[in-house]
Amino acid sequence: MKLSLKLEDQQQNQNPILFKAKIPIAVFGLPFLSAFSATHHHAAAASDKLSLSLRTHFPTGPSLKLSYNTPTTTANSGAGKMDTSPKPKSKSKKPKYSRFTQQELPAWKPILTPGWVIASFVAVAILFIPAGLLCLSASERVVEIVDRYDDECLPDSYSNKGDSFIQSKDTNKTCVRTMKVPRKMTAPVFIYYQLDNFYQNHRRYVKSRSDKQLRDRSYADETRDCKPEDNLDGDENEPIIPCGLVAWSLFNDTYKLSKGNKVLDINKKDIAWKSDTEIKFGSDVYPKNFQKGELIGGGELDETKPLSEQEDLIVWMRTAALPNFRKLYGKIYSDLEANETITIVIQNNYNTYEFGGEKRVVLSTMSWLGGKNDFFGIAFLTIGGICLFMAINFILLYVCKPRPLGDPSYLSWNRNPNGL
Amino acid sequence: DVAFVIDGWALEIALKYYRKAFTELAILSRTAICCRVTPSQKAQLLSIVNAKHMKAPCGAKLIRVGVLEILVELLKSCDYRTLAIGDGGNDVRMIQQADIGVGISGREGLQAARAADYSIGKFRFLKRLILVHGRYSYNRTAFLSQYSFYKSLLICFIQIFFSFVSGVSGTSLFNSVSLMAYNVFYTSIPVLVSVLDKDLSEKTVMQHPQILYYCQAGRLLNPTTFAGWFGRALFHAIVVFVITIHSYAFEKSELEEVSMVALSGCVWLQVFVVTLETNSFTKLQHLAIWGNLVVFYMINWIVSALPRSGMYTIMFRLCRQPSYWNTMFLIVAAGMGPVLALKYFRYTYRSSKINILQQAERLGGPILSLGNIEPQTRALDNDLAPLSISQSKNGRNSVFEPLLSDSPNAVRRSFGPGATFDFFQSQPKSSTYSRNKDN
Repeated sequence: MKLSLKLEDQQQNQNPILFKAKIPIAVFGLPFLSAFSATHHHAAAASDKLSLSLRTHFPTGPSLKLSYNTPTTTANSGAGKMDTSPKPKSKSKKPKYSRFTQQELPAWKPILTPGWVIASFVAVAILFIPAGLLCLSASERVVEIVDRYDDECLPDSYSNKGDSFIQSKDTNKTCVRTMKVPRKMTAPVFIYYQLDNFYQNHRRYVKSRSDKQLRDRSYADETRDCKPEDNLDGDENEPIIPCGLVAWSLFNDTYKLSKGNKVLDINKKDIAWKSDTEIKFGSDVYPKNFQKGELIGGGELDETKPLSEQEDLIVWMRTAALPNFRKLYGKIYSDLEANETITIVIQNNYNTYEFGGEKRVVLSTMSWLGGKNDFFGIAFLTIGGICLFMAINFILLYVCKPRPLGDPSYLSWNRNPNGL
Repeated sequence: DVAFVIDGWALEIALKYYRKAFTELAILSRTAICCRVTPSQKAQLLSIVNAKHMKAPCGAKLIRVGVLEILVELLKSCDYRTLAIGDGGNDVRMIQQADIGVGISGREGLQAARAADYSIGKFRFLKRLILVHGRYSYNRTAFLSQYSFYKSLLICFIQIFFSFVSGVSGTSLFNSVSLMAYNVFYTSIPVLVSVLDKDLSEKTVMQHPQILYYCQAGRLLNPTTFAGWFGRALFHAIVVFVITIHSYAFEKSELEEVSMVALSGCVWLQVFVVTLETNSFTKLQHLAIWGNLVVFYMINWIVSALPRSGMYTIMFRLCRQPSYWNTMFLIVAAGMGPVLALKYFRYTYRSSKINILQQAERLGGPILSLGNIEPQTRALDNDLAPLSISQSKNGRNSVFEPLLSDSPNAVRRSFGPGATFDFFQSQPKSSTYSRNKDN
């Protein structure tokens, strides 16, 4: 039997016990041990506790404990606030932590090591050189016949006076040319007319059209941007449909091809973009007052056919980006054998003599890359070659003059610690 | 390496009689420590200094701020970059006067903090402010400003080149929708997230504070670097233009298509330029850079689906053509190849200090350095005794209230009559770089 009493002075983290007493008592003649303790926290965030417990003398056994908790007010209420929660906190001004605001997001930090750089140059070379060869071979397979005719189709009496040749109504504009097929051309063979030195990308030219008028019959009067080709003789009630310089300068040379005696059919359907024939050029818009003025800029239009069927006009109105361009004239759906002679009958109607333009007729097959264009092949090969050259250079540099990355001895303050 | 310590009386005499010599001394020295000036001394300064900011005759209150403000103005007139740090209400004018004002929000209230450009909680945060945040901010600002010029120059150069083939008539290769969307949607998002870019980690910077030299005095933003970006814009414009007009020649030559191909080339080049210039890629950066490309195509697909727009079906047609993708590969390879080669060459064989540290850091391992001024554990020792511009209420030199009660230096009162302040200087346009204040 013993009575023990414990008083603690030191503050400990866990349970700072002020006072604890164990007193044996007897209840109904049975011996029990009762304990009484009090804890008190000086710091914040804890409560005072008084407890009374009753247990047996056996080492293990049931016990009964009554305890009373009270929240305490802190000794130095710096925040000045008394809260009744069991663990009061002082107000902290620290902003809420988030990885984004503290700029601690995990990041991948690559650096340019020789391995990666040389590998990427080699990879580019490996990809580009075969691609260049592929593109060159595709371009090689395309067969193309180009024939310039604007100088040849001008009669000698009119040389240097080409514009008056065209403008006069009495001259015979028919011209017959022959071409030889160098290799077999498989169908479809595309016929283009090529114009040089014709600036369809000039600002005033590009602006001079009215898309609204082309699309919709009810906008026939929308000719604001089309000056000077907006209406007939300045009469506001007679708008020109289609208005503008782009339509006015419609190309109107025609070609008829024949092979020996056989006439080659030129299919002039589906030469324009489908989106243009369906949407951009209305099927209820008919040409009106077209090319009726003093100056004739190009071809005329059939007034009975709606604009959506005037495929030559539609092709022409897709303005080209460069001064030398080709536009689709028609397609031939039969093969042309090698060494055949093709005869073209050209109506030399279009006046390029005024501004020093050139006209050519082109027959060409198509590949997956388009027409004959060596640029892709050459460019790929050049760039692949340069990349390979650079890769080899870097390898040589790396082998001959290695420089360890991140060597702190190269830092100037390490080389010269006394001065900076 | 000159440092001078001057107290109030001497300062007053120097400013009064030896102003020119004192200015020269101030310029030559790395460190200046000016000790507290008491009100009685300052009362006489009013007669000396007839500066514009000394208006009111009722002196003592105004004079109190005078000395250090005068010094700041002196240094500024010699083209120095001045930084002033203070905590009390009487420091406000000095803080506003200096180029960079730092206010400490603390025991003397929030006045200085409100008037300052930057406000920090404790004096020792100044080190982080300058070394870490200031440095990052400088890097990011330099990149952002030069990149913005670059992307606009790219478009302008292409338009100029196009004018040479369009009869110098002023045709715009790009339509107005594309131009507007270019600046707003296609090229602005990747740089918004460049705010997260870190070229060196904080740990490395703290270990090598000398790196600050290489981020000051216009190291990253000067006519030479700008000329580099300008040249890059010109080169990329040439690449895009030449490749586009040769790939899309003759029968493919159509204004809308060529315009879209050129614009696509520009956007692809931007993406890779930003990638090459970014040092650390968080998820947000990946999302912004590659997502930007996706957004470009989506916006153009949407516009290409509108029948009334001038671009109807253009993008759909282009994406189906093998020559379009070939053109893109060519543009990226031709544009980025030389840039990458040049950057790699300079990075490996003519490394700048930043690059060296970057490499050392990323390749792992401790970075040993002889000139290591600042091992981490001693970091706190470098904080000087808390600054105070004003005098204490009782004006006695021996006793003063440390500014920051929980400063570890609070006990170091033996450092003498308390008020100290430091100011940072950088030399204007001279060959040596700025003197870094570490101690």
